[in-house]
Amino acid sequence: MKSKNHPLLGIHSLLMMIFIYIPIIIIIVYSFNSSRLAADWSGFTFDWYLSLFENSYVMEALTNTLIVAVVSTVVSTLLGTMSALAMRKTTKKIKAGMGGLLYLPIIIPDIIMGLSLLMLFSQFHIPLGRLTIIIAHITFSISYVHVVVSTRLTGMKDGLEEAAQDLGAGAWQTFRFVTMPQILPGIISGAIIAFTMSLDDFMVSFFVSGPNSTTLPIYIYGQVKRGISPEINALCTILIIVSVTLILLAQFILNKGKGQKKQSVLPF
Amino acid sequence: MRKSNLSLLPVFLWLFLFLLLPMLMVVGISFMDRDELGNVVYHFNLDSYATFFDPLYLGIYWDTIVLSVLTTAICLLLSYPLAYYIANASPRMQTWGLVMITIPFWINFLIRTYAWVLLLRTQGVVNSLLINWGLIQEPLQMLYTKGAVLLGMVYTFVPFMVLPIYVALEQMDKKLLEAASDLGATPWRSFWHITLPQTKSGIMTGAVLVYVSTTGMFVVTDILGGAKSAMISNIIQSQFLGARNWPFGSALSVIFVITSLIMIALFNRAMTSRHLKVKEGR
Repeated sequence: MKSKNHPLLGIHSLLMMIFIYIPIIIIIVYSFNSSRLAADWSGFTFDWYLSLFENSYVMEALTNTLIVAVVSTVVSTLLGTMSALAMRKTTKKIKAGMGGLLYLPIIIPDIIMGLSLLMLFSQFHIPLGRLTIIIAHITFSISYVHVVVSTRLTGMKDGLEEAAQDLGAGAWQTFRFVTMPQILPGIISGAIIAFTMSLDDFMVSFFVSGPNSTTLPIYIYGQVKRGISPEINALCTILIIVSVTLILLAQFILNKGKGQKKQSVLPF
Repeated sequence: MRKSNLSLLPVFLWLFLFLLLPMLMVVGISFMDRDELGNVVYHFNLDSYATFFDPLYLGIYWDTIVLSVLTTAICLLLSYPLAYYIANASPRMQTWGLVMITIPFWINFLIRTYAWVLLLRTQGVVNSLLINWGLIQEPLQMLYTKGAVLLGMVYTFVPFMVLPIYVALEQMDKKLLEAASDLGATPWRSFWHITLPQTKSGIMTGAVLVYVSTTGMFVVTDILGGAKSAMISNIIQSQFLGARNWPFGSALSVIFVITSLIMIALFNRAMTSRHLKVKEGR
């Protein structure tokens, strides 16, 4: 198929890609620059990565981040999948109401979500810490899992479940052997998306974290406010590579099956 | 039917408890008072809203609206041609273009903002390049300016605009374009009368996402803007985490959300006016 694009559009698009990617590439390049402060390139080094592993603050933040991400992923995947399955068989009214409610976390600005949760926790005297971050992350992740799994459910071939039941399969058997295999890629992608969102979240965590529950993005924010440092470049590079790999993986799993409608890892 | 409603219950309860209830509390506390320690005192008053009408805060509020509208407009101008290019490229290029646009979404905005510190600071990449090329003698002050904040916002939110417009372009009825060109319409004319109106839902989604996100984004102003370019979100943030004036922070949040809703309604009206209307009555 021949492209119908004007050459000027091509140039614009190329420039946009350069605009979007140059800053990201700069961080990655500088994470290997042996000079601590200068903008000039002064040789390749791996030192900044090594010094990250000796930094106890970074290691503590990494532990917190991983605990929060794993727990919030498990819970939100479970809840999001449950709601996606249940929404198919409910009344129109409930569907509309729940649909709106589930869409809220996607459209509400993170800052509002963060501060309102801070308010809730403090008014009910729940101490800020890992638990409060986990609760916050589950709250926004449910929606993303729900959207991915429901899209998958709508893309499912009609009549498969009825056919199974006509052939004498019970409700559980139908679910286990027909529905589940069909939506599993959606559930796995949803889980990966939830995990990545938790890993990357700064705004909401910033409001609901306590003194001993710093996560990696909160640590990065604190360092960035003090000025640049090569260790931060290295840490950012690691986070970039991990998030991008995870998301490409989620996208791949989601669109692997033959005949599946192309589905996006984004909720719109 | 009963059973499926029952399995919706946990999610409903969760979202009620950790989403709706906290937001209602924000509205409630915005009408409350506080004691010397910053604790909320349950005594109804409108002081927080009155404080907002201080010229200092009104000025910041106005600056925030201007910055958010400007960011949205620039993002739209930059994104439409890019989305158009991707939507009309060969299938292979389309897949790549989409991947390239999706990736920045999943790179922490904090990191992407920080990248501009590396580029713009006095001993940064841009200044040292310009000096090496002999274009300037003294480094330019680019960081901690309003321009840096605008650049950072556009950079952060451009992908939010490209994707919805792409989706709209992809889903539009292309037969209309063929019909128009069969009837002798110039490409520009068919773009103006068919493509643009047909993709207004994408423009709307993108504009709302960019506008609301810009208003709520205190990190970019914090890192690239320095103290002078504070926005309403910086004030809100400091009321909660620094000054501990929660009723005032809550009132500002309520005003933020209401303003966003008004702006969305205005976008909507602008979109449904005059020639942007879909004429086919579909």
